Amino acid sequence: MSGTKKLGLRQRYEHLTRGLDWETTYQPMDKVFPYDEFEGIKIKDWSAWEDPFRLTMDSYWKFQAEKERKLYAVLDSFAQNNGQTGISDGRYANVLKLFLTGISPEEYQAHRGFAFTGRHLRGAGARVACQMQSIDELRHIQTQIHTISHFNKYFNGIHDFSKMHDRVWYLSVPKSFFDDARTSGPFEFMIAIGFAFEYVLTNLLFVPFMSGAAYNGDMSTVTFGFSAQSDESRHMTLGIEVIKFLLEQHPDNLPIVQKWVDKWFWRGHRLLGIVAMMMDYMLPKKVMSWKEAWDIYFVEAGGALFQDLARYGLKMPKYHEIATAEAEHVSHQNWCTFYQYTHAANFHTWLPDNEHLDWLSEKYPNTFDKYYRPRFEMWGQMAKEGKRFYNNALVQLCQVCQIPMVYTEPGDPNTICFRETQFNGQRYHFCSDGCSDIFKNEPEKYVQAWLPVQQIFQGNCGGATIPEVLDWYGYKFGEDNFDYVGSPDEKLWNEWHADKIKAAS
Amino acid sequence: MSVQIKTINLEPKRQTFSHIARRFGEDKPASRYLEGTLDIQATENFHYKPLWEPEYWHYDLGKSAVKMADWYKPLDPRQYYYATYNISRSNMNTAVERNFTFVEERGMLAKASSGAIGAIKRGLLPLRHLHWGSNMNMSEICQRGYGTAVTAPCIFSAMDHLGMAQINSRVGLMIDGQTGTSLDEAKQTWLSDPMWQETRKLIEDSFVERDWFHLYTAQVLGVNAVFYNLFYKNADAAWTDAATAVALLTEFQSDWLADETRWSDSVIKTVAAESEENKALISGWAKNWIVRAVVAAKPLSSALLGDNGAAAETAGAAALKKAASLGLAV
Repeated sequence: MSGTKKLGLRQRYEHLTRGLDWETTYQPMDKVFPYDEFEGIKIKDWSAWEDPFRLTMDSYWKFQAEKERKLYAVLDSFAQNNGQTGISDGRYANVLKLFLTGISPEEYQAHRGFAFTGRHLRGAGARVACQMQSIDELRHIQTQIHTISHFNKYFNGIHDFSKMHDRVWYLSVPKSFFDDARTSGPFEFMIAIGFAFEYVLTNLLFVPFMSGAAYNGDMSTVTFGFSAQSDESRHMTLGIEVIKFLLEQHPDNLPIVQKWVDKWFWRGHRLLGIVAMMMDYMLPKKVMSWKEAWDIYFVEAGGALFQDLARYGLKMPKYHEIATAEAEHVSHQNWCTFYQYTHAANFHTWLPDNEHLDWLSEKYPNTFDKYYRPRFEMWGQMAKEGKRFYNNALVQLCQVCQIPMVYTEPGDPNTICFRETQFNGQRYHFCSDGCSDIFKNEPEKYVQAWLPVQQIFQGNCGGATIPEVLDWYGYKFGEDNFDYVGSPDEKLWNEWHADKIKAAS
Repeated sequence: MSVQIKTINLEPKRQTFSHIARRFGEDKPASRYLEGTLDIQATENFHYKPLWEPEYWHYDLGKSAVKMADWYKPLDPRQYYYATYNISRSNMNTAVERNFTFVEERGMLAKASSGAIGAIKRGLLPLRHLHWGSNMNMSEICQRGYGTAVTAPCIFSAMDHLGMAQINSRVGLMIDGQTGTSLDEAKQTWLSDPMWQETRKLIEDSFVERDWFHLYTAQVLGVNAVFYNLFYKNADAAWTDAATAVALLTEFQSDWLADETRWSDSVIKTVAAESEENKALISGWAKNWIVRAVVAAKPLSSALLGDNGAAAETAGAAALKKAASLGLAV
C-alpha cells in the first residue's frame, strides 16, 4: 500500500483511519465484534468500502467549531431581541412542540445507535464514518434543545419533553420507530436510519421543519437548519455507500436488504404522517402541501434513486404506490384525529379558517372537498353552537406503527382499514398491509410493543381517568392541551401584539 | 460612563425545562450544558429487546455492576456539550498546526539523529494503534453506558483518540516524506515486536469487557493514567535529541490528558462515593488494570528509556496514588 511515492489523498486518508485497525489475535475477532454476523449479511472484503467522505479530525473540529460559533451567536441574538414575538403567528410554536417532543429525542437515539455501529461493524472505514455521524447526531439534539429552549420560556407544551417522549400516547409512534431500529442488528440499523431515513426520507422530515421555520419568521430554528445541512449531506453519503456496499459484497445480501428497505420505507411513511399534518395544517405560512412535497421528494427523487439502484437488483419499496396514494389523505386524517383528541395532545389544535380551507381545496382537488372539508365545516358549526367535538374513547392502535386505526382502505376513503392476524393464540391488529407484513416477518419482536392504550387499560399510566393519565404524561391540564383559541399561548401572543391587533380593528 | 441600549424585557413563564427545574428549582435558568445533557436519554417504556442482546434493553441499568441512584450525578466539570467541546478542540488544534509547521520549517526531525528517529518509529508511532483501541473502548462505553452525563463525553473522548491517532500518524508521515512507509512499519511493530505485545494483549482484552463501567475504569485508570501518562509526560529522554520536536508534535496529547483526566477523575470519584459496593468493585477493577498496565508498559520503558522499567513503575505508582485520592481502596 505504501512505497517511496508520496501518498495520494485517498491513501493518506486510509492510513489515518482504517490503517489504524488491526486483526486481533489475543482475543478472537468474533468475540471483539460479536454482533455483525447474525443478520446473515455476508461481507467478503471490508477493504472495498469506499469512504463516503474524507474528513480527518483536525478538519472536523475546525469546521464544526466554526459553525457552532455562528449558530450560537444567532441563538443569543434571537433571545436577546425576543425573536419569538416576530414569528408569523402564535400557532407556529406548536410546530416546535411537535419537533422537540417527537423528533429531537430521535436524534439522540441516532447518536447512540451510530456509536453502536461505530464500534461494532468490523470494517474500520465504516466505523469512522459512523462515529462522526454519532457525534453529529448529539450535536443535533443539543442544538435543537438550545434553539427551542427560548421558546419553552414563553410557550407551553414542551417543558417536559423528555418525559413526554417516554410516555405520551402518540409519541410512541416515533419512539417505537427508533427503538425498532436501535434493537435491530448493526446492518439493519444502517439501512433503517442511514439509508431509508437519512437518504430516502430526510427531505420529507428535516427539510419541511426547517423550511417551515424560514417561512414563519423563526430565524433561530432555520439557522440551526442551515448549520446542520452539511452534516446531513455527510449522513446521506454514508447512507448511500452502505446500501451499495452491502449489495456489491454478496448476492445473498439482496433479499435481506430488500426486506429491510420495504420495512423501513413503510415505517418511515407512517412516521412522516405527523410531518404531513404539520405542513398542511400547522404552519401559519405554508411552504408547500404534503402532496407536493411527496411528489417532488419521493416520487421523483426517490424514483430516480431506485432506478439507480436497480442495477443491483433492488426494487422500489413494497407498497410505495399505496403510500403515494395516501399522500392525498394522510395529513387530513391525522389532523382530524388530533382535533378530536386535543385534550390529550401536548400541542394546540385549531380548525382551519376559510382561507386555509380554500388552500387545502386547491392543493387536494381529488380529496379535500369530497371527504374532509365537510367534516371541518361540520365541526366548525358544532363549535359555534357550543358543542365543540371531543372524542373521549380510547382508540385501537396498530401493533406495528402504533398509530390509532384511523387510516382508510386503499381506494376507499370511507372505510377504515383493518388487518389482523393471530400469533401464539393472541389476535393482533394493524392499520395496513404494510404494517401487517412487518409484523408477520418478525412477530416475536412486535408482540413486545409497549402500546399506550393497552398500558392505560392495564393501569400502568398513572390512573384510570384521563386527567390522571395526562398528569402522568407531565401535562399541565388546561395549559399544554386543548385548542389554541382560548389557550394561555394565545393570550400571551395577543398581549405581545395588542398594539397591532388594535390598529387593525 | 457606560452605554446602555434599552431592550424590551418580557417576563418568561418559566426559566427552564421541567426535568431540570425538578432537580434545581423553578426559579433559575439552566446552563446550556445542563439543558443539553440532563435526562435526554430515554429511561422507560421501551418497546423491544435488542435482537443482539435480548437480556437487556438498549438503555439498561443492568449493563454495569456498579449502581447509581441517579446517573446524572457524575457531571462533567468541563461542562462540555457539542459546541464547547468542538471549540475547545479546534483551539487546541491551532497549536498543533503551528507546531507542525515550526518543526517542519526548522527541519527538527530531518536533523535528528538516527537513534532518535528509530526511537520515534518504534516507540511513538505504534501508539496510534493504542489510541485506536481507546477509540473503540470509548465508543463502546458511549453506546453501552447509561445516562447522557457519562455517555456524551465518551463520544467526545472517542473522537479525541481518533484525532490523536491521526496526529501521531502525521509525525510518521513527516519522517517518511509522506509515503506511509513508517506507518506500515509501525503497524508491524505493534503486531509483532515483543515489547508491544503485552500492551496489545491488554487493549484486546479490554475489547471484550462487557461491563461498561468496568471498561471505563480500565480505560481511564489503566490505559490513560499509565500509558499516556508515561508516553506524553515522562518519556522525553526516549526521543533523545528529538525530545523538543516530539514535545511540540504531541502537545495536543499532553494537554488532552490533563483535560480528560479532570473529567474522568471526577466521574470515578462520584461513582465510587455512591456506595461501598461501588467503591469495592471499582477499586478491584482499578487495581487489576493498573497492575496489568505497569506489567505491559515495563518492556516499553526499558527499551525506550533504558531504565529497566522504572518509568512504568513510576507511572503505575502515580496511577495508584491518584486512584486512592479518588476514594478507591487500591
